[in-house]
Amino acid sequence: MRRVLGALLRLSFAEAAAYRIESLIWFLATTMPLVMLAMFREVAREAPIGRFDDSAFVAYFLCTFIVRTTTGSWASWQMNMDIRDGTLAVRLLRPVPPLWSYATDNLAALPLRGVVCIPVAIGMLVYLGQNGGGGRALAHDPRLWFLWLVAMVGAFALNVLTNLAIGCLAFFFESSLKVMDLYIAAFFLLSGYLVPIEVFPATLRPVLVYLPFHFQLGLPVEIMTGAHGVGAALRLLAVQWSYVAATLALTVVLWRRGLTRFAAFGG
Amino acid sequence: MRYLRLFALQLRTSLIFALQYRSDFAVDGAVEIMWAFASVVPLVVVLQGGRSIGGFSFGESLVVVAFFTLLKALLDGAVAPSIATVVEHVRKGTLDFVLLKPADAQFLVSTAKFYPWRAINVVTAMAIFGYAFRLLGRVPSVAAIAMALVLLVDAIAILYALLVLTVSIAFYAVRVDNLTFLLGAVFDAARWPGTVFRGALRVVFTWVLPLIVMTTYPAQALLGTLPWLTVVVSTFGAVAFTAVSRVVWVRAIGAYTSASS
Repeated sequence: MRRVLGALLRLSFAEAAAYRIESLIWFLATTMPLVMLAMFREVAREAPIGRFDDSAFVAYFLCTFIVRTTTGSWASWQMNMDIRDGTLAVRLLRPVPPLWSYATDNLAALPLRGVVCIPVAIGMLVYLGQNGGGGRALAHDPRLWFLWLVAMVGAFALNVLTNLAIGCLAFFFESSLKVMDLYIAAFFLLSGYLVPIEVFPATLRPVLVYLPFHFQLGLPVEIMTGAHGVGAALRLLAVQWSYVAATLALTVVLWRRGLTRFAAFGG
Repeated sequence: MRYLRLFALQLRTSLIFALQYRSDFAVDGAVEIMWAFASVVPLVVVLQGGRSIGGFSFGESLVVVAFFTLLKALLDGAVAPSIATVVEHVRKGTLDFVLLKPADAQFLVSTAKFYPWRAINVVTAMAIFGYAFRLLGRVPSVAAIAMALVLLVDAIAILYALLVLTVSIAFYAVRVDNLTFLLGAVFDAARWPGTVFRGALRVVFTWVLPLIVMTTYPAQALLGTLPWLTVVVSTFGAVAFTAVSRVVWVRAIGAYTSASS
């Protein structure tokens, strides 16, 4: 199994490297955090919003950018296409379950995405250093940075699994991509991608924190920017990994049920 | 006149095509409304308690958002599908058939495909306009509306020029299907009042990639805070932009050497 997975990863990485310009364009198309940053900085010019002053917003949205570009997944589009035009049949012939190959496709893109994030991270650190905001805007406790890694893995797993689960819906009805559209719209709004969850009205916050969207993006960003202590972060991580387990179960069920319906169009 | 008739024909073909999938039609409408909603919520959350974005109050920012929604409908409904069609043509080598047709190729290519359901965003935009001016407690003057309309036409011309420029890139670099995403992503910066950008970015978004001219200026015109001179300069700019795009198109199509030969 290890050997097969290794081969799969190498294959996926070769594909990712072959279409590197395309990857770069996807990367450049992640402009939304920067657009939101511009707006929030202008609004916070008059007075800080909650704990967010200029430096805090810069830190928050650049971290958002980094987390989104490294943990984002597009597997549902790939799956939808494969199921509808029958290419899935080819993947089924391989000696590994297709769900694994979708996952390795995502995994293999990570090195490239990580590399493009480095200049963003450096730019952020330089800006925060110059403006004296570095002391408050980012977490200091090394234990928190360890928990951040766990949160990143969790966010990545949750993103990939959600994509696979929604991708499986293509077995059952044609417009499953629309479900993804709706999901993405909700994700943008409620995950902390457009607006930090801490900025939402106090009555909404307790609800938003426990929705799955928050664990796909908001949690790692908040840990990076020092919004949680170690205890709170641990509690939220427990919830995040429960979501991962639940989504994994859901994906497996949907996949098994769906596969029996797959008729390999045109095959 | 002939081109007007051709335009109507192209539009009708797209409409018939879209009407084949009626349930998709309804779901797409719902998704569009959801997205429009998603673009207003951040404003509501952020501007609670009388804050402003660089001098734009909540109501005034909404006018910018309304213009953005209007243009975004055009971008997603007319510009992006056309680019996608051309890129497909270039890759498959079927563009030759378009070039052979007895009409201007730029015209045919840029009206190749529409997604009519995106028009629902026009309704959403109107609703946002209505809500914004109710909040502001006034009605724009006739002169202001006229100014805003002129600027809207300018904005559409600039959008069209951007379409032609993007398509021209497709002749040199074949794999650009996700350039439309890039165009959409960059256009997202036009969502908020232009005052959020400072320094070099402000200059770029006014003179090079005139996003501020496209959404903030019309909003300011409608709010009655834009001098006439700016309208005149913007119109000259839009004409120049369109002219440049035409020149680039002619050169690009001249350099095009079909996939089949």
